[in-house]
Amino acid sequence: MAGVGGGNDFQWCFSQVKGAIDEDVAEADIISTVEFNYSGELLATGDKGGRVVIFQREQESKNRSLSRGEYNVYSTFQSHEPEFDYLKSLEIEEKINKIRWLPQQNAAHFLLSTNDKTIKLWKISERDKRAEGYNLKDEDGRLRDPFRITSLRVPVLMPMDLMVEASPRRIFANAHTYHINSISVNSDYQTYLSADDLRINLWHLEITDRSFNIVDIKPANMEELTEVITAAECHPHQCNVFVYSSSKGTIRLCDMRAAALCDRHSKFFEEPEDPSSRSFFSEIISSISDVKFSHSGRYMMTRDYLSVKVWDLNMENRPVETYQVHEYLRSKLCSLYENDCIFDKFECCWNGSDSAIMTGSYNNFFRMFDRNTRRDITLEASRENSKPRAMLKPRKVCTGGKRKKDEISVDSLDFNKKILHTAWHPKENVIAVAATNNLYIFQDKMN
Amino acid sequence: MSSEEEASIDEQQEMQDTVVSPEKAEEAKLKARYPHLGVRPGGSDLLRKRLTKGQKYFDSGDYNMAKAKMKNKQLPTAAAEKTEITGDHIPTPQDLPQRKQSLVASKLAV
Repeated sequence: MAGVGGGNDFQWCFSQVKGAIDEDVAEADIISTVEFNYSGELLATGDKGGRVVIFQREQESKNRSLSRGEYNVYSTFQSHEPEFDYLKSLEIEEKINKIRWLPQQNAAHFLLSTNDKTIKLWKISERDKRAEGYNLKDEDGRLRDPFRITSLRVPVLMPMDLMVEASPRRIFANAHTYHINSISVNSDYQTYLSADDLRINLWHLEITDRSFNIVDIKPANMEELTEVITAAECHPHQCNVFVYSSSKGTIRLCDMRAAALCDRHSKFFEEPEDPSSRSFFSEIISSISDVKFSHSGRYMMTRDYLSVKVWDLNMENRPVETYQVHEYLRSKLCSLYENDCIFDKFECCWNGSDSAIMTGSYNNFFRMFDRNTRRDITLEASRENSKPRAMLKPRKVCTGGKRKKDEISVDSLDFNKKILHTAWHPKENVIAVAATNNLYIFQDKMN
Repeated sequence: MSSEEEASIDEQQEMQDTVVSPEKAEEAKLKARYPHLGVRPGGSDLLRKRLTKGQKYFDSGDYNMAKAKMKNKQLPTAAAEKTEITGDHIPTPQDLPQRKQSLVASKLAV
């Protein structure tokens, strides 16, 4: 099977890889989030060291039509630093859990980045001019002797080398007792939500000293705790609607017009479970690690440990589509529980037209599903396939005894090479795949 | 039905379960290795562990010592310090030792 997507077969080719090649990966270099902005011109990554790196797509020039726009470093800054919670004697990691871009409204770019406790609004702006010809100071900054100034001149704006500056414009702190897992910008472009394990807060982008609590599932007695919030997202068009997923595999859709505190859901999505197939692992692998609305707003997608499910917002009792990501792991759950891999949180994403979905797996494999043709493909992010414009070969995991030539057996999979974070360009067939400390960019040949 | 027959029917059902469901087979494996594992895995214990993730330190001093140890490991060795100036004259910006770069840049930005 050559490719996946829309009506045509797409062919994914290697475009770029960023990051160090060393075997010894520093914990701080592990990429923890990847996100394109609304136009796809910018691609942001966050890492465990609290740093954000933003790449910008090169403008395509006429004489280089063959090489599509490459992403080059645009700006990098330290977003969060490690802190210490004195009350609980716990470390607050600087790891960037999520980055979400704001839609562009002027020349500057804005993004929200969050760690476990604090959300920050960053402004990234360009400076390509500077004023020259001041009266009171020399070009090198030293003050001029006022008695030696005999005439006035008006400073002139002169071009300078492009400088990209990132500055924190808002810091939204002290609103989460538990660890923030999601942030989502509302379609009103004025508010956003942040979700931790037990609560969801609604913020106004201009106001940092207060936020509204809109969901609180903390039980009065913590012994009665049965589920936690795992992800949350605002509806792409209806600014009053948002969803949140749980560790029990359920999704609740809430309407902020109904009540100030949205503890009671408007819709409750859950797939009925066959009681006879229930096992020790059932609840753990049903925990939803990511929820994403389709661009159309009609569907949403959830990722649990072994599958991706597409739900029609109009049907609560079961998903409309289910895709198996790595079903062969079902017979390895015991060891995956022992090495904690069963708790890995994979993300998922839609392509721009909602016709295809993508999610990661182990061994640096990632999977794509075409919703129209129902075809799927497994690809690998690896430096062995990193010749420019080299086409990616589909990979296959063999479960049975007989292993064909290019297949890899389940027991040979490297569970340390996990692809948890992927992103799809909002308009084109360009994807960004984070493989531990490396960022791979793949493009469709016919782009 | 005699109890022996009942027992063997139960066994058969169990065997059938493991054949039919790989998940149940894995569960049996886990229980064999950890017989004292709680009956309700998704219950409070697991969730409580999730809520309090993060390394606990004795106090902030303990935390800062641990951070300092880690930083010394991670940073490349600092350039040789300029000779310390103490009380000789009022230092100019050139005389002061360079501030150590406390944060290493991301390798993605290279």
